Amino acid sequence: MKARNITEQVMHVIFVVCGMISIIAVVGISAYMIISGLPAIREIGLKDFLFGQVWKSTASEPLFGILPFILSSIFATSGAILIGVPIGLLMSVFLSKIASTKVASSVRPAVELLAGIPSVVYGLVGIIVLVPAVMDVFNLKSGSTLFSAIIVLAIMILPSIVSVSENALNAVPKKFEEASLALGATKIETIFKVSIPSAKSGITAGVVLGIGRAIGEAMAVMMVAGNVANMPKLFSSVRFLTTAISSEMSYASGLQKQALFSIGLVLFVFIMIINIVLNTLLKGGYKDEG
Amino acid sequence: MKAKVQVLSLESNISAGRRVKDVVLKALIYLSALITILLLLGLIGYIFYRGLPHVTWEFLTTQRKVLEDKIGILPNIIFTLYMILTALVIALPVGVGAAIYLNEYSNNKGLVRFIEFSTETLTAIPSIIYGLVGMLFFCQKLGLRSSVLAGSLTLVVMILPSIIRTTQESLKTTPQSYRDGALALGATKWYTIRTIVLPCTIDGIVSGAILAVGRIVGESAALLFTAGAGYVLVTNYFRALSTSGGTLSVMLYVYTMESGEFSVGFAIASILMILVLIINFSAKAAKKRLKKIG
Repeated sequence: MKARNITEQVMHVIFVVCGMISIIAVVGISAYMIISGLPAIREIGLKDFLFGQVWKSTASEPLFGILPFILSSIFATSGAILIGVPIGLLMSVFLSKIASTKVASSVRPAVELLAGIPSVVYGLVGIIVLVPAVMDVFNLKSGSTLFSAIIVLAIMILPSIVSVSENALNAVPKKFEEASLALGATKIETIFKVSIPSAKSGITAGVVLGIGRAIGEAMAVMMVAGNVANMPKLFSSVRFLTTAISSEMSYASGLQKQALFSIGLVLFVFIMIINIVLNTLLKGGYKDEG
Repeated sequence: MKAKVQVLSLESNISAGRRVKDVVLKALIYLSALITILLLLGLIGYIFYRGLPHVTWEFLTTQRKVLEDKIGILPNIIFTLYMILTALVIALPVGVGAAIYLNEYSNNKGLVRFIEFSTETLTAIPSIIYGLVGMLFFCQKLGLRSSVLAGSLTLVVMILPSIIRTTQESLKTTPQSYRDGALALGATKWYTIRTIVLPCTIDGIVSGAILAVGRIVGESAALLFTAGAGYVLVTNYFRALSTSGGTLSVMLYVYTMESGEFSVGFAIASILMILVLIINFSAKAAKKRLKKIG
């Protein structure tokens, strides 16, 4: 009996430790990002770092302004949302309200498959197909532009928007839709004036999730955006927060390397804000009604 | 629902303007669906068209010979497998343990919510951040340098959330009466979990593991900094752990962006696509079985 008790106690402790691992990981990652990110910011000055327009990390008098990266990331994400959200939302309407169960269950795996494709594969197809196409269509010297990155990101965030929005649309209480139909609204009117507004918080959560994905993506956009530290223009080559880190990490040293960690910290702060917004949104919606 | 719609909508009373709007919106919905599906089919078709002709037996079973200018990916296949193995061996027990703690042991609701929030945060952190922290902690602080082991440990943290979530979902569908029955017969809590609860959860654990494999296969940014892009064949598992090894995704990036070997890139891409198809299919199969039991 005693041995059994000890086993029980030991297993309990083991499970508690396992349970805490997520907290430990998050705290550890946050601590590492802050500790390694702050020194360079302190040396460069927060204002010069965040709002400096020139990044010349390897010059003899180096400049570390990351405003171009921040703006490029924000522009690329906004562009991707602008293209990805309408398509994703309509797709989720199709899956949730229009398609028969049979059609929906054979189309849904296609969306899930899009989510499973590795980002380097998107990047590869991006350089070979999209970049030359953008060059030809818009008559540019090079197709490695912010625009190409926006298209790739729009495709990459599509699956998260579709799946979260579809769940939200499915959770709208049937009686809302029935009431609207009974009042003489058509099916489409009901979808756009009743179902979508009711599922608003869930759909917004999908959009926020997409923002997080887009702002954190590195490899695919690195392959199609040309990677030059310009202030963002739709048809010029740009560098993002993520790609600024990955393009110089392999050879950076000293203050340059520390500045890369500081960029990581800025990205991390963005992601944490997005995540908190996402969590607040997901707590809303129709959980207990319907 | 479908039948009701037809009865209830009074088609004859609808004005022309409303009808046009209806048609336009409906067309847009179908168009979006069409775009998504064509996009996927186009992507898969194009990758296979460009890549499959280059996937030869020699490509799969040799290593890179720089002098002969030949590229083979056997070492990278092995590194990928070793990394999957190492990451799962560590992440599965910990992740399942965490799920058991959340579902079976903890009665502190605030703490559970905080753990769940942390787990969601882990999902949201971009892989480049994992790469940075993995490099600082595993490669430099623990002195593992750029190695398969450092890469695997970084992956452990990245795949934990999906294992915890799927296991937890499965635990929630295990009927409470099973546990009550076992406890009433005098079994202790751990004995109940080990013999009754865990066997019922096996499909959730399996589907979590499959999702994790998918994440590992597709990962590149985090591994570039922690495991490097080694392409020298090391078959001994324990020696491989301490050498730098590029997984297939990492090598796709390195070969296309650093060597301009696009046909190699597409060949690796088609192998990755086949893996993704298999992984998606088996995840679905595991989930279906899970539903049957629950």
